[in-house]
Amino acid sequence: MAHTLIKVPASARRGEIIAISTIIGHPMETGFRPGADGRILPRNIIQRFTCHYNDELVFSAELFPAIAANPLIAFHTVATTSGTLRFSWEGDQGFRHTESVSIEVT
Amino acid sequence: MNRNAATRRQLLAGSVGLGAWLLVRPVAAAPDELATVIQAWTGGAPVQNGRVKLDIAPLVDNGNTVPVGVSVESPMTLADHVTAIAIFNERNPQRDVARFALGPRAGRANVSTRIRLATTQKLAAVARMSDGSYWSHTVDVIVTLAACIEGEAS
Amino acid sequence: MRHGWIILLLGTALATGVPAQPATQTDARRSGFDFMGSAVQAMQRDDALNPAMLWVKQGETLWQAAAGASGKSCASCHGAAGSLRGVAARYPAFDTALQRPVNLAQRINLCRQNRQLAEPWRLESQDLLSLESFIALQSRGLPMAPPADARLQAFVERGRARYQQRLGQLNLSCAQCHDQRWGQRLGGTVIPQAHPTGYPLYRLEWQGLGSLQRRLRNCLSGVRAQPWPYGAQELVELELYLAAQARGMVLESPAVRP
Repeated sequence: MAHTLIKVPASARRGEIIAISTIIGHPMETGFRPGADGRILPRNIIQRFTCHYNDELVFSAELFPAIAANPLIAFHTVATTSGTLRFSWEGDQGFRHTESVSIEVT
Repeated sequence: MNRNAATRRQLLAGSVGLGAWLLVRPVAAAPDELATVIQAWTGGAPVQNGRVKLDIAPLVDNGNTVPVGVSVESPMTLADHVTAIAIFNERNPQRDVARFALGPRAGRANVSTRIRLATTQKLAAVARMSDGSYWSHTVDVIVTLAACIEGEAS
Repeated sequence: MRHGWIILLLGTALATGVPAQPATQTDARRSGFDFMGSAVQAMQRDDALNPAMLWVKQGETLWQAAAGASGKSCASCHGAAGSLRGVAARYPAFDTALQRPVNLAQRINLCRQNRQLAEPWRLESQDLLSLESFIALQSRGLPMAPPADARLQAFVERGRARYQQRLGQLNLSCAQCHDQRWGQRLGGTVIPQAHPTGYPLYRLEWQGLGSLQRRLRNCLSGVRAQPWPYGAQELVELELYLAAQARGMVLESPAVRP
């Protein structure tokens, strides 16, 4: 199970632009790197990140091997209504991880 | 071949330092490749310099993990907003770094991540606007090999 | 051509409440933090940006996990993790049973074996590093305080001798770079003073968390010397000497370094 660090303000005023920061533990193996035996290690990266705000897609990212391990993705969104921010990561070798965070909008 | 030389070769071959993460062939200068990949992303549309700021250290602490930020001047309204930001490199094995999809819900066109840079090269951030225009900022980044790295797997 | 100057940040207060070593007239010691670029410093300052916190999170889980034949967790005996405040700052420490200094990771393993009746973790394993980083975090902001224990003196001296000894095919001693040439560049990197104020830490080169012993082994590879294996007495004595040299400097664990 992957570990994540997610920073979202617990509450915000309606219309306020909030900053969101996410880090997920993942090696982001490039597919270009030789292992100890000299053979290239197979690619194993997170390819896609999405953020749904009350089930509506508000931000997404496509990642490539040039993204460093334990990828950080930080972005902004407008606080509209109270609800749930759902973050999803998917990638090679069937990798899938989702985290949900509540936000209160006053 | 004496034993010392063989051990030295093993030590160097087993290195998992910066070069090994990304390089499988000698790098060649490729500013044309950078321009080509940007043009492919814009579908041939012209790209203007400006409105985009690519924030990165001119001399990186370590090429394996380089903090990078892109911000774009835009009101981010329904009528006028950034729809996508793409980052491209010049000399990694692959030109793509990341592609972000935004919209008026973003509030601010400002994204951050951490990237890998194989060597000293140009880095370009390109923004696609809702009116179909493209804007970019290209910077030169100096990347050196780290000192004192693993000689063998730990 | 010189590629710019590194501006040493003097007396910078960090957002997480860990002040960098302030410059004084008598103390010329600087943390490795001061030699980093501002973007990497920002990574360390903010727990939301510091990748080391991924390991700390796992460490917190391990703190609560029952282990071994005892069925006890760390929490069973130690209670809340805050009870270990100050502990990481006092290591390496003398272990009476073994009659030699041990570092924090070795101490954790001794607890596992003797108290929890569990198998010790492999040195530098992810679980051990996670718990070590969680415990080290409890001492963040405190001054490093390796014990002024007379029994440690001989080991500190051996560590000092090793620090000053030329090693490897490049025939360099630690002192030649870190005492005599700190602030100058090795390749594109600024040479720090080698104070272990932030371990275990997230090294950008590793793209992962590692211990001081891992970093020392990298130094040994750097001078083309055969690195001592993890847990070697030679490495513990070096850790002890470095901790003694850093006495009074603020602990930043878990730090970020290039």
